[in-house]
Amino acid sequence: MKTFTYTIQDEIGIHARPAGNLVKLIKGFESAVTIEKEGKPPVSGTALMKLMGLGVKCGDTVKFSVDGADEEAAAAAIVDFMQANL
Amino acid sequence: MNVFHGKGVYGAVAIGRASVFSRQSTEVRRIRITDPAYELSRIESAKAQALEELSAIHEKALREVGEANAEIFGIHMMMLEDDDYNDSIRSIIETQSVNAEYAVAVTSDNFAEMFAAMEDAYMQARAADVRDISNRLIACLTGGTEAAAQGTDKRIVCADDLAPSETVSLDKERVLAFVTAAGSANSHTAILARNMNIPAVIGVGQAFLEQLSDGVLLIVDGHTGDVYVDPDEETQQRMEQKMAEDARKKQLLQELRGKDNVTLDGRHIHIFANISGVDSIGAVLANDAGGIGLFRSEFLYLESEDYPTEEEQFTAYRKVLERMAGRKVIVRTLDIGADKQIGYFGLDKEDNPALGFRAIRICLTRPELFRTQLRALYRASAYGDLGIMFPMITSESEVQQCLAMCKQVQNELQADGLPFDPDTELGIMIETPAAAVISDRLAPLVDFFSVGTNDLTQYTLACDRQNPRLEPFVDTHHEAILRLIEMAAQNAHKNGAWIGICGELAADVTLTETFLRMGIDELSVSPPFVLPLREQVRSLRIE
Repeated sequence: MKTFTYTIQDEIGIHARPAGNLVKLIKGFESAVTIEKEGKPPVSGTALMKLMGLGVKCGDTVKFSVDGADEEAAAAAIVDFMQANL
Repeated sequence: MNVFHGKGVYGAVAIGRASVFSRQSTEVRRIRITDPAYELSRIESAKAQALEELSAIHEKALREVGEANAEIFGIHMMMLEDDDYNDSIRSIIETQSVNAEYAVAVTSDNFAEMFAAMEDAYMQARAADVRDISNRLIACLTGGTEAAAQGTDKRIVCADDLAPSETVSLDKERVLAFVTAAGSANSHTAILARNMNIPAVIGVGQAFLEQLSDGVLLIVDGHTGDVYVDPDEETQQRMEQKMAEDARKKQLLQELRGKDNVTLDGRHIHIFANISGVDSIGAVLANDAGGIGLFRSEFLYLESEDYPTEEEQFTAYRKVLERMAGRKVIVRTLDIGADKQIGYFGLDKEDNPALGFRAIRICLTRPELFRTQLRALYRASAYGDLGIMFPMITSESEVQQCLAMCKQVQNELQADGLPFDPDTELGIMIETPAAAVISDRLAPLVDFFSVGTNDLTQYTLACDRQNPRLEPFVDTHHEAILRLIEMAAQNAHKNGAWIGICGELAADVTLTETFLRMGIDELSVSPPFVLPLREQVRSLRIE
């Protein structure tokens, strides 16, 4: 399993559009991904509405856990996505 | 005859029979079932149907109202396929042995409540999306087809309010006009109606619907916002005349297409058009405007559910530039605040919004937002003749900050190897008395001025635009305003800059001569005013 954190730079945070695109990306991998915002229970990386429901804003740090056969590739893709969009 | 009054969002008259828009009742009963597998299979086929419907709406919206407006339906499709949403429906059916409709309704309530309880106003608004997709799913389960205008003839669609998906779903060929009891000029319905070129009057009040039935004769006057129910002979004749007059004027003006904007003694002036979205370009070209003098970029933000990305903005600006095929396109950077509010910006409520946190003040405070827009604009500059102008300027230092940001963006694009036009003209709005008074200092910094007469009038005469009681005190021809414009024109020309007027005053043909004498280089007006203004210019003698 790979875990890493990312602090949101984007001023709007994880709104509908980036959440939708992140879920689409994660669904493309076999690995199970969970996303955790401090103080809230972790949510599955494929759960669009729960992910939106976390209300992740600019400055929030989220923790990703990636577990599965393609975890290396999945983690790298997520980091790229976060850096490019959030 | 009864007359109702609302806000006209598209200026045209329509006469026709009413079609009262009715929704499928979404009241859902809880029924105990014995075959959960059967309910689950019903859910699967209802979901497939709902996705198909949404996909069709998404396609239709893309064609008719553009990508920014259509995106919401793409998000609806993803929400409908959301695992948790579907797991919740499944588990309610299995553990409670209840019908599929009930399971959807309960799930809808739970998820909508989750969003409604969030702090962020943007996220709270997502509750309506959950309900919209759930109601569609329930309608598919009960075998309901979507409510739409009945019959085959053209009708005036009357409703309490219309959801975006409902507006887009209506068959345009059969809709003469819209009338809604609720809704505001900035509601999705209003924006969509405007973009679909359908006459519409919104916010006429609930009393309108109470006695209305299908087939009643209505007249909708989108110019005035009046709706006549069962109109008398005299009103009908009057409105038919108005329609005929509209048609005749259009015909007459068409003859001016292709002609120069030149006075009898040979003075030329540019006549450009003001637009609020990519969809209005058809009207710009149809009315033969020489360019776009004001593209209100905030509509990209107003029509979107979320901050439009650099790519989305780039695509929109590029489309405008390409369709204008080398004619000038002046884009005003984001001008929100005051009367234009956007939920997801999370702006505080102000006691005095016209004198508040708006336009360039927001952009200079939130440079990331500004940078995204400028990157998109500069990237688009490679595709035509772009000008960029900044709203609500009051000082030299604001202009210098804007120019520095433009420079930074140019350097970034160069480093990224992206094409742009380094000679893109930069200008400022003259819409505060401060800017007009120090226009001698501002002119050397920029390529052009554009006078926003609506705000300039409001600030010069200290009359709030939103307050209808002040109307008797608003003299748009006040000498103070004309002197400020003249001062700005002189200072522009002394410094090699050009000056245009893009406010409502530009379309006032009683002032065209005055503006020509001041040396105004360009007038920018709504597309329907281009040809009447050309007619006026061609009838004047200046020397």
